Amino acid sequence: MASIWNTIFAPGLFSYSFVVHAWVAATAIAVLAALVGFFVNLRGEAFVAHAVPRGAFAGAAGAFLIGVNSILGLSVFAILMALGMGLMRRRSHNGVITALALVTALGLGDLFLTVGNTYAPEVFALLFGQLLGISGSEMVAIAVLSVCLVGVIAVVYRPLLLASTVPDFAAARGVSLTAMNVTFTLLVALAASLTVPVVGALLAFSLMIGPAAAGWYLAKTPWGAMLYSVGIALGTVWVAIVIGYDSSLPIGFLVAGVSLLAYMVARAINWFRRRRPGEAAVVPTGSGAVAR
Amino acid sequence: MAAVQFDQVDVAFGRHVVLRQLQFDVPEGAFVGVIGPNGAGKTTMIRLVLGLLRPNSGSVTVLGQPAGRGGRQIGYVPQSFAAEPDLPLRARDLVGLGLDGEKWGFALPTKDRRRRIDACLERVGALGYAEEAVGTLSGGERQRLLIAQALLTSPRILLLDEPLANLDIRSGHDIIRLISEIASETRITVLFVAHDVNPLLGVLDQVLYIAQGRAVLGSVEQVVRSEVLSELYGQPVEVVRVQGRILVFAGDEMVPLGHEELLPHGRPRSLPAEP
Amino acid sequence: MGWLNYLIAPGFLQTSQVRSALILGTAVAVCSAVMGVFVIIRGQAFLGHALGDVGSTGASGAVLVGVQAIWGFLGAGLIAGASVDVLSRRARERDVATGVVLSAMLGLSALFIYLIGQVSTSTGVTQEILFGSVFTVNPDLVLPMVGLALAAVVVVGFVYRPLLLSTVNPDGARSRGVPVGLVSFAFLVAMVAAVEQSALVMGALLSTALLIGPAATAIHVTRRLGMTIAVSVVLALVDTWLGILLAYDSFNWPPAGRGWPVSFFVVAVMVVAYSLGQAVPRTSTVRAE
Ligand SMILES: Nc1ncnc2c1ncn2[C@@H]1O[C@H](COP(=O)(O)OP(=O)(O)O)[C@@H](O)[C@H]1O
Ligand SMILES: [Mg+2]
Repeated sequence: MASIWNTIFAPGLFSYSFVVHAWVAATAIAVLAALVGFFVNLRGEAFVAHAVPRGAFAGAAGAFLIGVNSILGLSVFAILMALGMGLMRRRSHNGVITALALVTALGLGDLFLTVGNTYAPEVFALLFGQLLGISGSEMVAIAVLSVCLVGVIAVVYRPLLLASTVPDFAAARGVSLTAMNVTFTLLVALAASLTVPVVGALLAFSLMIGPAAAGWYLAKTPWGAMLYSVGIALGTVWVAIVIGYDSSLPIGFLVAGVSLLAYMVARAINWFRRRRPGEAAVVPTGSGAVAR
Repeated sequence: MAAVQFDQVDVAFGRHVVLRQLQFDVPEGAFVGVIGPNGAGKTTMIRLVLGLLRPNSGSVTVLGQPAGRGGRQIGYVPQSFAAEPDLPLRARDLVGLGLDGEKWGFALPTKDRRRRIDACLERVGALGYAEEAVGTLSGGERQRLLIAQALLTSPRILLLDEPLANLDIRSGHDIIRLISEIASETRITVLFVAHDVNPLLGVLDQVLYIAQGRAVLGSVEQVVRSEVLSELYGQPVEVVRVQGRILVFAGDEMVPLGHEELLPHGRPRSLPAEP
Repeated sequence: MGWLNYLIAPGFLQTSQVRSALILGTAVAVCSAVMGVFVIIRGQAFLGHALGDVGSTGASGAVLVGVQAIWGFLGAGLIAGASVDVLSRRARERDVATGVVLSAMLGLSALFIYLIGQVSTSTGVTQEILFGSVFTVNPDLVLPMVGLALAAVVVVGFVYRPLLLSTVNPDGARSRGVPVGLVSFAFLVAMVAAVEQSALVMGALLSTALLIGPAATAIHVTRRLGMTIAVSVVLALVDTWLGILLAYDSFNWPPAGRGWPVSFFVVAVMVVAYSLGQAVPRTSTVRAE
């Protein structure tokens, strides 16, 4: 029995402090990313969820160049992108503003890296994430900020839901659609700032899209969808820690892989559910079926 | 007191003048059909009442107050509602958003809340599919939900923007009957936007006819007359009543209501009519 | 002629790197500008970007398997494009499905890079995969790349009218007997070819920039589709040439004296053009009386 346990959960998985840091930080960001992900799905804005963490990476490079904390630079870039996208959204085609914000950030990032031309391990670590390299103070910061952001989501939940489902009605009730756009993009930006150091700039968006997209297909109500996405996101990061600790495979790959699996399973379940009541409704056309 | 007052209202988008010198008072409790061709400015008029748009000049007064955003006194049924079958939102959730969807925080599922939502669902005849996903419902069913959503705050004015668009004749009739029943029970003021005046003839108190950027308000007999519409369109127009229906001609052309764009040069030489 | 030297640093056109950069940049610009107009009209900006990003999966995969990079790029692009196509039946679903597929492909890319063992040894490769550089292209690739760009444009020219019809009115197109699914798939394949070749030549960043930027500006300032495409192509060409020129000029610029990246200049020019375009009142609201 103990040997099976030890094969799955390698020694130290729950005791070494760096792994404990990983458990706490990953749990916090999983909850946060899943809740933000619910709104990402509701609004069909996966591109924003991808673009913000990816573009914000440029901020880390810039911060390194001028000798500032790279996570600070990352957050500043994420927030700037969010403000730009949120404010300009209504004036342009869907996706265009997001793409422009992304390439602008990346263009600057390329400049910072080229001009700096020093090997910047901490900057490149941000690209792929360092789940098992989180310090105690970072863990505390991530956990506290995640709890605060979950509180913010609880506060903006209703107007954001209303503005995302029936925008005309929301506007008539005095909800500012621009304010809700900015609220949404800022939530993505703040969630990204916390997720990128852990999961990496390339794959932070996996955690915002995959679990929530899977929950979407399983639930009937907004609450259900959020619960499912939180559950799936937690499962995703926990599995990623267990495997990552054993194998040292890149964390982004594990998170993306597990959430892809969850998404495919959810879609399959959804497909079966839909088919069953549908069978009765199908009008038989073939001769054999008519006889029945 | 008038429910809605327009005083010398002008609206232009850039150089494109959409409404000019709108001047009318909608009395409280009236059922008003807002009729006019596509692009006449009906939705623009509704947005003025909601306070979502400020007039370039003139004033809009709603229940004695200048039009402003966020009134729970006004129930608004938007024209369309897009939802996919997988959207995790039941009919009940959508309607519930009408109660307090604009408020911060989330709503506690109290008994009172449930009772009020159920009452509204029942009033529009939607209790039977309250637990269904909105994306799987038909156009008529969705329309009922939007109406229930608008009614949850017990508003004094109900604005419906083309609720008949995308509905077949039968569902359209059901919606009209529902609204007229609600209107007579609650003495709510209704502004009902439609292309065609005919389906509304039995329930209307007044018609607000909008064309060429101008509008006239009055009873059907007062407004839908050859002289008035000729004046409105600035060209000769003939109104004919056949078996209780109203047909509108200009010269020898007759164009289906709301399809003035089919006319040569894209200018209305004849008027909306519905054979 | 002192000022001209100042503008165009000496030796600009004599450098073989610059010459192949100019040829490839021109091909990429024209092709991306044409495709971009359709990509935006069809609301596929995210997919357009994602196809560029999955090039990194192709690149690392190709290294791992030991085939030419271009096959990796095209293979990854086709897999991603086809998966998105299969997974997205509805509009909202499409961007989410694109996100899920992109996340899976980037996850693979992280795995491949890890397997190659490059993560720790060289930031150059990661930077290359992320940003690319037009000056480092293998000259042997010039001909196949130009051919790929040309093929994409030809395919779009061939399906031009049915593509347009099935974009604005799919049901109408179906009722006229247009094979909407086939046309969309043809466009998808052309899009994969166009984006992958530009991602290989110029990197994922510039591939997205040239696909979306000039077309978005052109759509804003024109109202006829033919004109939109023409303006988009001109903007993309000016942008690319100016970007390459400035990057060459910047070779001795501070602070490092190592040159500033082409991508930065191309994006900067693009953003300026887009902002100027936004200042022009939107033409579609001007009515013909
Ligand atoms: N935000 C806007 N910007 C520019 N033009 C507008 C805007 N809203 C409406 N219009 C124009 O005003 C006119 C009236 O529109 P609308 O009120 O929607 O007409 P309808 O009677 O069909 O509801 C149309 O020509 C429309 O193009
Ligand atoms: Mg309208």
